[in-house]
Amino acid sequence: MKYLDEYRDGDKAREYARQIARVTTRPWAIMEVCGGQTHAIVKFGIDELLPESITLIHGPGCPVCVTPLEFIDKAIEIASRPDTIFCSFGDMLRVPGSAADLLSVKAGGGDVRIVYSPLDAVKIAVQNPASEVVFFAVGFETTAPATAMAAHQAAEQGVKNFSMLVTHVLVPPAMEALLASPECRVRGFLAAGHVCAVMGCAEYGPIAAKYRVPIVVTGFEPLDILQGVLMCVRQLEEGRAEVENQYARVVRQDGNEHARRLIRQVFEVVPRKWRGIGEIPASGLGLRSQYEALNAEKRFGLADRDTPESAECLSGLVLQGRIKPAECPAFGKGCAPEHPLGAPMVSSEGACAAYYRYRSHAPAAVSTR
Amino acid sequence: MNPGAEFTSACPIPIRQYPRILLAHGGGGKLMHELLEKMFFAAFGEAPANGRHDAAVLDFPAGRLAFTTDSYVVRPFVFPGGDIGSMAVHGTVNDLAMSGARPLWLSAAFILEEGLSMETLWGVVCSMRDAAGRSGVRIVTGDTKVVDKGKGDGLFINTAGIGVIEHSLSIAPGSVKTGDAVLISGDVGRHGMAIMSVREGLEFQSRIQSDSAPVSGLVRKLLAAGLEIHCLRDLTRGGLASALNEIAEAAKQRIVIEENAVPVREDVHAACELLGLDPLQVACEGRFVAFLPAKDADQALSIMRQDESGAGAGRIGAVENGNPPLVVLKSAIGASRILDMPGGEQLPRIC
Repeated sequence: MKYLDEYRDGDKAREYARQIARVTTRPWAIMEVCGGQTHAIVKFGIDELLPESITLIHGPGCPVCVTPLEFIDKAIEIASRPDTIFCSFGDMLRVPGSAADLLSVKAGGGDVRIVYSPLDAVKIAVQNPASEVVFFAVGFETTAPATAMAAHQAAEQGVKNFSMLVTHVLVPPAMEALLASPECRVRGFLAAGHVCAVMGCAEYGPIAAKYRVPIVVTGFEPLDILQGVLMCVRQLEEGRAEVENQYARVVRQDGNEHARRLIRQVFEVVPRKWRGIGEIPASGLGLRSQYEALNAEKRFGLADRDTPESAECLSGLVLQGRIKPAECPAFGKGCAPEHPLGAPMVSSEGACAAYYRYRSHAPAAVSTR
Repeated sequence: MNPGAEFTSACPIPIRQYPRILLAHGGGGKLMHELLEKMFFAAFGEAPANGRHDAAVLDFPAGRLAFTTDSYVVRPFVFPGGDIGSMAVHGTVNDLAMSGARPLWLSAAFILEEGLSMETLWGVVCSMRDAAGRSGVRIVTGDTKVVDKGKGDGLFINTAGIGVIEHSLSIAPGSVKTGDAVLISGDVGRHGMAIMSVREGLEFQSRIQSDSAPVSGLVRKLLAAGLEIHCLRDLTRGGLASALNEIAEAAKQRIVIEENAVPVREDVHAACELLGLDPLQVACEGRFVAFLPAKDADQALSIMRQDESGAGAGRIGAVENGNPPLVVLKSAIGASRILDMPGGEQLPRIC
């Protein structure tokens, strides 16, 4: 397929791997921020091609994984109400809350629907005026513009039975929080290409300068990731800490101004709790006061709560890149995609699910380094 | 949504005074007899030998017998490249063929919801008649039940099938041996993506047609050539990934697949990429894998490729000695990974 196959070429991948090996003189730990990149790395076995001294640390960029337990419980509470249609991206349905998941609400008679776009949820609201229609607005800067557009349309059209449970998060504050931790091993970042396609690259300059880390805006195909690693290692070896753009075929320096304007119009920056990590200041998006009527938490009077995570699940450490999924004692035992303890075992972008799916049995033929 | 709205049956509908199914159509009285007479018997023909009776009595040729059943609940009833009726015939015919049997007879049981459009039912029945004709089987017995409005989601079909086994091979996962070649009869993922493209709420524009088709004719050609077939498996729910994992587990063997060798049409690939699905886990309705000794692989491939239902056939891998039994996929960039059984329903991902 055009624009895809040329980025999955085996010969070119091995050539990049040889170049990486040539320029690497010391061990380096590089974090790929986005779950989509993690998925590609594990699916294509990209890390198997890298020299031993390069370690890829899987970052917190999986929207399903970082949505706090409290919000899953709130979603379940709303979806269980009568005369309510709860609309969500497919991934979120299997994420365990403290007692149940959205799939079991659906099995119990709740009207839970998978949508591809928040705008479809607005359409459902227009078509079902007798029901309350709620959209579960999760994700990073990538999904936020579509949520903002849904809020804008609902407000413009005066759709009274539509609201949203908003738990959008922002990538750069999470990167800063990781770097500020004394346990941080990360020496360079592959930044999430599609986040930058919306937001541009400007936010990363101050982070690269403050923490002396190279940040390479990177795509999602094997050759993108290998080239991103090569650019990052080159900077590390040369002692540079700059923002570079590997994914220039998609990412412009200033991003997508139209999408950003829409985000600014609808949302304001708020503190947000990240599942497995905790609260990070200025790391989320919440509805501005003029869109408050769309706030499902207010509409349904959902109280704030603090729900403890399962003690068995070490997903917080996985999300911070401090352990690999298989180092968690529950991995593959109490925790598997069919009965996940934590969110990273749910989404195909979650590191635990990716490892389980592609490497769980650790046979001789499949390296697990 | 009226899931039957797209049915435009070629032949005129035989029951005109009742545009919709009533509870009385399952009540055992005149309305039910009219339904049987004008629809089912008219389309499927009378039961052979003993006429109308509680059971069809059939003359069975000598040999072993294969027997299978499957239920069909697909929505919408009509999708690009097929419908619930043709699927209910092809699916059961293909299950028989996977044991190496020649399919002979099917049963057809209908659970109809009160209010189902008569035109939809007639469309389904005509489609079953045509599919049975294409597959060389007869529908010889059946049942109709009508359930209250709201208790049945329109229409469910169950078909059971009987076939005769006219060879002495044991075609089963347990017969798979180290060194066997793995062949596939065509491109994967079309049926699942065709359905996905018309599912309410997920519609996307595409020209992807389901691959729903009988493969029994092709299997008979392979058997007639005297090939030592070890195992056949159709790639329905869970797609190629599920089929290979089930076989690896049952055969206690390791199956190694070249990802680049698995045929996937470009539009199917593109739709899967867009939705975050793996084409190897998406259902097919007219594809199967064949395991046979490597020496017979070329001959089998050439037979497959000459048949309409195997035109896109290819050799995708081999069986290797290895423990634990599992499926290893050599990825596009040359690394290896496990091809696992899909967890459950494939859920579209967020971004």
